[in-house]
Amino acid sequence: MKPLLGLAVFGALWELAPRLGVVPAQWAPPLSRVVRTLLAEAREPRFWSAVGDTLVTWALGLGIAVAAGIVVGVVIGAVPVLRTATASTIEFLRPIPSVALIPLAVVLYGVTMTSTLVLVVYASFWQVLIQVLHGVADVDPVARDTASVYRLPKIRYLYWPTALPYVATGVRLAASVALILAVTGELVIGSPGLGQQIAVAQSSGAVSLMYALVLVTGLIGVGANILARFAERRALAWHPSVRREVPA
Amino acid sequence: MMRRIVVVLGLPVALVTVWWVASAGSTDFYRPSLQRIVQAFAETWFGPRLVEEALPSLIRLGLGYAIALTVGIAVGVAIGSSTRTRAVTEPVLEFLRAIPPPILVPIIMLFAGIGDAMKVIVIVLGCVWPILLNTVEGVRAIDEVLADTCRIYRVKPLRHLVLRAASPQIMTGARQALSVGIILMVISEMVAASSGLGFTVVQFQRGFQIPEMWSGVLLLGLIGVLLAGVFHLAERRILVWHHGSRDADRR
Repeated sequence: MKPLLGLAVFGALWELAPRLGVVPAQWAPPLSRVVRTLLAEAREPRFWSAVGDTLVTWALGLGIAVAAGIVVGVVIGAVPVLRTATASTIEFLRPIPSVALIPLAVVLYGVTMTSTLVLVVYASFWQVLIQVLHGVADVDPVARDTASVYRLPKIRYLYWPTALPYVATGVRLAASVALILAVTGELVIGSPGLGQQIAVAQSSGAVSLMYALVLVTGLIGVGANILARFAERRALAWHPSVRREVPA
Repeated sequence: MMRRIVVVLGLPVALVTVWWVASAGSTDFYRPSLQRIVQAFAETWFGPRLVEEALPSLIRLGLGYAIALTVGIAVGVAIGSSTRTRAVTEPVLEFLRAIPPPILVPIIMLFAGIGDAMKVIVIVLGCVWPILLNTVEGVRAIDEVLADTCRIYRVKPLRHLVLRAASPQIMTGARQALSVGIILMVISEMVAASSGLGFTVVQFQRGFQIPEMWSGVLLLGLIGVLLAGVFHLAERRILVWHHGSRDADRR
């Protein structure tokens, strides 16, 4: 009951503040008007194709980043020499802000989904990689010895189960970063998607459409979070989740 | 000692060398040689431009980040200390956090124009969520024995208990907020500005000054790395007690 109360208060504030003139209504339309605009917009095919483009960019970028992060992470993590040799390079490349690559992506790939994908993959790759490296390093010494004595395939029976909870954390973090970068890329680069629609709405002065699109993006973000948490619980159903997650 | 230096610098030096050699004499207009980029870097950024473009960007980032820290920690402590407030506010916070901060730029432009105020507000609105939510989590997880001890001995709870106990979590939030802040600093200048690093780099791109553009990208990368390094040092100082006790636990 209480969570709904919070949302109701938030909605009421959004509705009343412009109506009572606390904030100027032409810049901050009341919630009811934004919802009406959204319902009208939802009948337009261009809205759904924008949602589709954003979701495809997000999913594709996240998929590539997760696959690359896991493969690179397990290989580097499992070989001590590689681990020490790459540590400084990873520490250096990781904090490079992904948006710095926007001009490069535009020049090399033009105003296309590829440009945005580059940003999405770059930003979310590190989230996954760091978690996988932590996970592989966390291998239990007894399990390691057991695996060597019985000659079990190490990646399948040793590294993968140990790293899986960390991978799940990495994927959850990467999912929200990927959405941020997908929308940002569309907004700044102009590749098709919700971000681009927001830029169009802004330049044509469609204020309440802008709010409606931002609302949709927020809802997609909440959906992505819920989905990632659900997937995490499914993948770790076997795991006695007592292990502390490494905060990223 | 020698070995350590080789391990730390080996791969980066090798990568830069490969880039240098592979791109030497490049005739591709969009991928100039590294030598040309370094040259452009020196010409472009060593001089008044560093003060005119980079400094205002960094000041805006610092201001926005400081406001976000203050507000995020204050509100986070308030929300985290009360179970009821937390239950009521949680869904709203989850929603607000899920909105990608860069798309707030067009909306904030309505209220604040395209000046410094807009950029600072954008940075605050983006940075405040990771700090706030991590503070809430940190305050919530305070050890009850410690809380009771403080009550009995009448130790001032806010400074010695709440902020101290939550500080590792707060630092985690602050670290996430810093990378969000850098992103927003660049984005807000790319979308609408007449000065600043993001603006300058996009100008180079639009004017097809490709080596200058590459040098700008390099500079943005270096700033990111530098700020991460500064943060790391600050974190080590602030959390020195925490790392110490954690190492002791491990032994």
